Amino acid sequence: MSKFEYANAPESKAIANIATNYGLFIGGKFVEPKQGKSFNTINPASEELLAKVGYADKSDIDLAVKSARLAFNKVWSKLPAKERGKYLYRIARILQERAREFAVVETLDNGKPIRESRDTDIPLAAAHFFYHAGWADKLEYAGFGSKPKPLGVVGQIIPWNFPLLMLAWKIAPALATGNTVVLKPAETTPLTALLFAQVCQQAGLPDGVVNIITGDGVTGAALVNHPDINKIAFTGSTDVGKAIARSISATKKTATLELGGKAANLVFEDAAIDEAVEGIVNGIFFNQGHVCCAGSRLVVQESVADELLEKLKKRMSLIRVGDPMDKNTDLGAINSKEQLTKIREISNSGDAEGANRWSPEVKLPAKGYWYPPTIFTGVSQSHRIAREEIFGPVLSVLTFRTPGEAIEKANNTMYGLSAGVWSDKGAKILWAAKQLKAGVIWSNTFNKFDPASPFGGYKESGWGREGGRHGLAGYLSSEAKASK
Amino acid sequence: MSRIDVNKTYKLFIGGTFPRSESGRVYEVKAANKKFLANPALASRKDLRDAVVAAKSAQAGWASATAFNRGQILYRIAEMMQGRADQFTEEIVALEGVTNKVAKLQIEEAIDTWVWYSGWCDKLSTYAGSQNQVAGPFYNFTTPEPLGVVAIFAESKPSLLGAVRTLAPVMAGGNTAVLIASENFPLPAITLGEVLSTSDVPAGVVNILSGKTSELYPWIGSHMEIDGVDVAGLSKRQEDELKLVGADNLKRISRFSTANHPERILSFMEQKTIWHPIGI
Repeated sequence: MSKFEYANAPESKAIANIATNYGLFIGGKFVEPKQGKSFNTINPASEELLAKVGYADKSDIDLAVKSARLAFNKVWSKLPAKERGKYLYRIARILQERAREFAVVETLDNGKPIRESRDTDIPLAAAHFFYHAGWADKLEYAGFGSKPKPLGVVGQIIPWNFPLLMLAWKIAPALATGNTVVLKPAETTPLTALLFAQVCQQAGLPDGVVNIITGDGVTGAALVNHPDINKIAFTGSTDVGKAIARSISATKKTATLELGGKAANLVFEDAAIDEAVEGIVNGIFFNQGHVCCAGSRLVVQESVADELLEKLKKRMSLIRVGDPMDKNTDLGAINSKEQLTKIREISNSGDAEGANRWSPEVKLPAKGYWYPPTIFTGVSQSHRIAREEIFGPVLSVLTFRTPGEAIEKANNTMYGLSAGVWSDKGAKILWAAKQLKAGVIWSNTFNKFDPASPFGGYKESGWGREGGRHGLAGYLSSEAKASK
Repeated sequence: MSRIDVNKTYKLFIGGTFPRSESGRVYEVKAANKKFLANPALASRKDLRDAVVAAKSAQAGWASATAFNRGQILYRIAEMMQGRADQFTEEIVALEGVTNKVAKLQIEEAIDTWVWYSGWCDKLSTYAGSQNQVAGPFYNFTTPEPLGVVAIFAESKPSLLGAVRTLAPVMAGGNTAVLIASENFPLPAITLGEVLSTSDVPAGVVNILSGKTSELYPWIGSHMEIDGVDVAGLSKRQEDELKLVGADNLKRISRFSTANHPERILSFMEQKTIWHPIGI
């Protein structure tokens, strides 16, 4: 019997007009960094240079914060809310118009499959602006008092896993509630943020309302510590989140923190197994597992574990790993050499601690950073691969006998961002959803996102929510809380 | 010869019982007129740890009680407090040096605070939850859930009301509490334990410690089983230090500026969002 093979279906790079050099976006204009320093951003799938990007230091940050403060005082806080909303609608529309270009640039800079940037990242980013645009002139109905007030200038720091989408999660609510922002994209994925700066120009957004500064962790720390910032919004690792919490402990600054996770995906014996397998694959292999809410711990009932694992392995053999620009690709490149090293290091501890590794046979490209889809069975709760966030396509499988044991294992983590439940019994799902200590529970589905749906973690997965009515709270001053 | 009064020994309230400090320490509390009033327990780090263990053990039960039930228990506290109004009046007058009338007003407000938060218990997800209109065939809703164990530094004055308006919202949300009584005005907060123990509040839901604030707050900051802190009774410097140490487990730390407000409840709750597909 002949086997049907996929033909190549490459997306074209031609639509992406990536400049060779980018400055910092401050006060509505691209400016050169004061020290004239820059760094490279590369395509992780080929290791080719994409562009040189300005490196912002303290003096650049100061300029950006001043420009945001001026815009807040003189323009943005004086603008009728209805007009503020219309700018956000414009941005949403321009993102939709330029969606294909954004998807291509995102995939080139990040390494994620074009299918995901095209179908998830960019449409959701546009949707976030559209959703929040509508809030701008309805804040008095949002349940945060009759005269909700913005905080002022917000410093925002975002990760590399969903560059434009995380930008939208940050900028859309901040602007809708009347704040101005200084945003720092991740060091390895600055391009779509810089492209977004052009969108702000096209939308005619008043100068200084959005400022985008590029750099590394040092740049981010300087932004956090700038004295004229009112609030920090951060998405990233729990370690950095705690460092931010410490830095602002003696200041008036507030923070929302979206941090790490080690989500349990619980599969009960009465689950629809084929659907659960799809959910498990989506839960851990979506975006190369570079997802803070990834379902990285599969906790499956012992009675169906063998059947499920057999089906899961069969399904994993069908995952297409390779060129992110190919529309058939399921699993793209690991975002950076550093991340690949981290995934290897934690995964190797799984071997060393006695878990059993399995990956389908995949041919990885010679250039670029790659890691095959991987599962570990025979994992115990004390193993590092069951406790630490790997942030890669690596799944740890644990089993349980009773529902009580399932919850016990699921909650045995310092994290509490998300969890999954698979069962055909409604009462059991609601029971489990109630017991699980996590901010987002996906039942009989996984990794679903929507601007109307609040997202954020319990415990050490962070502070506050993003999205929905609840996400507005983090950008409005509280009428019940004392400002120090 | 006139009768000699039988004075009360002011002890701690931990896990539903009234122990002395394991350290054997007490400290002297004086009345507004500088006369000796009592030797309440001076809680140690070990007492704090015991209180947290009791609070942690009671948490799941308190959180899973129906909201209606929690509301009734908070209302019961108001009833019991009304019955003990005279006892609180005496303590407040002696401690704060206020008139009977002023003390009475404070007690009435404290009782009404219990009633106000009692009514909130079963309205929290109506007020602060939502059903979210996502762009797809999913049922999606968000509902508040308790944080866990919350430590409270009660305000100094008004001594009774300062304890009640910090404690009641924490309980209403389904959290269990470790209340640190005001160092200089602790007696009404300690007596509050006697009210709670006769109001159907399950053991461990509220634990009350008296002692030195300056000694206790660093340990509360670093305790990994404490999830939230109301810093009403701390100085700005103490609050900053507690926030620095509290970052180790990302404690939710709040100070409020208004008296009764639902945000006092919701600041010690998490929002959980649940998705489920719709389809046949």
